Amino acid sequence: MQEATLEKLKVLAESAKYDVSCSSSGTVRRNTEGTLGNTVGGLGICHSFADDGRCISLLKIMLTNVCMYDCAYCINRRSNDIRRATFSVTEVVELTMEFYRRNYIEGLFLSSGVVRNPDYTMERMVRIAKDLRTIHRFNGYIHLKSIPGAGQELVNEAGRYADRLSVNIEIPTEANLKLLAPEKDYRSVYQPMKFIGQGLLENKEDRRHYRHAPRFVPAGQSTQMIVGATPENDRDILRLSSALYTQPGMRRVYYSGFVPVNSYDSRLPALKQPPLVRENRLYQADWLLRFYQFRVDEIVDDTFPQLDLDIDPKLAWALRHPEKFPVDVNTAAYELLLRVPGIGVRSAQQIVAARRFGKLGFYQLKKIGIVMKKAQYFITCRELPVQTVNELSPTHVRQLLTPQSRKKTVDERQLSLVFEEE
Amino acid sequence: MIIFRYDKTFEGLLTAVFEAYQRKIFPDQLLADGESAPLFVGTDVHIDTNEEYAARVWRGAERRLSGTARAMVICCWLSELPEADILLFRFFRKTFDTPYMEINFGDPDILELSKIGKRVNGEKHRMLQFLRFQKTEDGTFFAPVEPLYNVLPLAVSHFRDRFADQPWLIYDIRRHYGYYYDLNVVSEISFTDAENHLITGLLDDRLMDKDERLFQKLWKTYFRATAIAERTNPRKQRGDMPVRYWKYLTEKQ
Ligand code: SF4
Repeated sequence: MQEATLEKLKVLAESAKYDVSCSSSGTVRRNTEGTLGNTVGGLGICHSFADDGRCISLLKIMLTNVCMYDCAYCINRRSNDIRRATFSVTEVVELTMEFYRRNYIEGLFLSSGVVRNPDYTMERMVRIAKDLRTIHRFNGYIHLKSIPGAGQELVNEAGRYADRLSVNIEIPTEANLKLLAPEKDYRSVYQPMKFIGQGLLENKEDRRHYRHAPRFVPAGQSTQMIVGATPENDRDILRLSSALYTQPGMRRVYYSGFVPVNSYDSRLPALKQPPLVRENRLYQADWLLRFYQFRVDEIVDDTFPQLDLDIDPKLAWALRHPEKFPVDVNTAAYELLLRVPGIGVRSAQQIVAARRFGKLGFYQLKKIGIVMKKAQYFITCRELPVQTVNELSPTHVRQLLTPQSRKKTVDERQLSLVFEEE
Repeated sequence: MIIFRYDKTFEGLLTAVFEAYQRKIFPDQLLADGESAPLFVGTDVHIDTNEEYAARVWRGAERRLSGTARAMVICCWLSELPEADILLFRFFRKTFDTPYMEINFGDPDILELSKIGKRVNGEKHRMLQFLRFQKTEDGTFFAPVEPLYNVLPLAVSHFRDRFADQPWLIYDIRRHYGYYYDLNVVSEISFTDAENHLITGLLDDRLMDKDERLFQKLWKTYFRATAIAERTNPRKQRGDMPVRYWKYLTEKQ
């Protein structure tokens, strides 16, 4: 390894950075005695935070940013005049190993431009994963971004070495995908997704018979959609997400606010700034789908096809449904507690545990970590209600809970990516 | 007011619990020997740490408390907060006397313990996140740490599992002790006449592996290249990666 690698690393990290899926979540891969690495499960570990505030967990690079395709939303498209570089297999392997040894990263997230044909490119990516696992006995996390159009054999082999595979759907409708990425269609995306799904199901079957059968992409698959490059509304996007979550092993759908990298292309909208607030609201809605037992049509429907940018989707739902409130925290079922703005999954569990010992009051709820500023309009407890959404009217509560518009430009940029505990 | 005095060790605290149940008197305050007492002390008892009593109390805890609650107890102790011991004392008493008490978060002590536990666990997690190794010329990987709470003992097993094929030394610069792994076992060590890097946390160039600087440079290059300029957000960066860790972060030097 020498200084020349520095230049390549710079180019190939910059080319990879617009792909947002970088978490290393969901696998537990134990260390085998005397080898390097493990994965810890749960949410994975963020080892650093870049200047844009995003978590750095994996070494996220491209094998090469040379690409024969010409996708309008991508800086690496063929028609762009940018610096191109290509890593050798050994370079990627060594960078991964040495960064990992210093506790910089959880593992590798590798993607690539398409060179020659999808299979040729995919094969070299698989080589890297294979070398890491078999020669270097690396047990850290590996995420490979499958090349659209790659064949089943290769996807299967990739799945044996990678913790996660992803195929990005990029654009929420096929017509618009074809418009912006003429070389791609939904088939080239759904095929590999299906292969991964099949591999997972077969592996499940195998493991029923032999408990020690090697695992196939233990962290499942994920995909990504670019938001704001094309005119689809949030309802289209979230419906697609919820359909994607029914694919076998689909763990995460990532939303990436469109960063206008090729402003010269008139097929793309002119944006001053990536739509970060919208992206954040989509993540919140996605969260509601996965952990709060919401259905898509409760969050967005034909009357409300767009998410409200001023307030989070759970609060928006509550304000549209004042008849469901107030909820009595001392008696309400867990599912109802989850619906209360200001109560997160953890606090709902804690409420259920704590109320067996006696009625909970305002002070205890606060201590449990409930955001009373929000929740107070939607609950009754020992000493509340003061005034709920029904006495005050949804419009009034909405006003009380909407951040002042004066500060908005600042606040918008500071929204955190997801809300775990509200 | 009742005061117990003990040697400020965890075994000592457990012994104090044992003695309290034996004598049926329960302290309002726990002090070290020689620490000055407040006015109006009614009873002032000295507790001799007794390993056997301590073990009996811990076995009792194993029967009555869930694994999570016991982990919280350890976390709370390692927090080194001044009020941690008396809080733990009350926690033992409440959970020993009332079954399932450990999940009664309506009780201020139970809630406080779970909060401290969360804070300590958070600090342990940040150690797993932000610890950085530097490779030395003899192949040992060295990492300085300075956690807010004494969480190194909680984190060691993670590093033992993850970095099983490389020798390493993790040293708590503030508390003057650390753990060394020699590819076989992990042992606790403490250097009496500390060398320079054990004080500053940074390896001297002559002690470094010949490629160490290059990999540090590669990592810094990557760190800068991966950020998206259009989305710069220093507040979030500082929120998630508090400035007090930057001292030993390769990418922030
Ligand atoms: S195939 Fe991938 S790398 Fe190539 S232009 Fe399209 S998005 Fe960019």
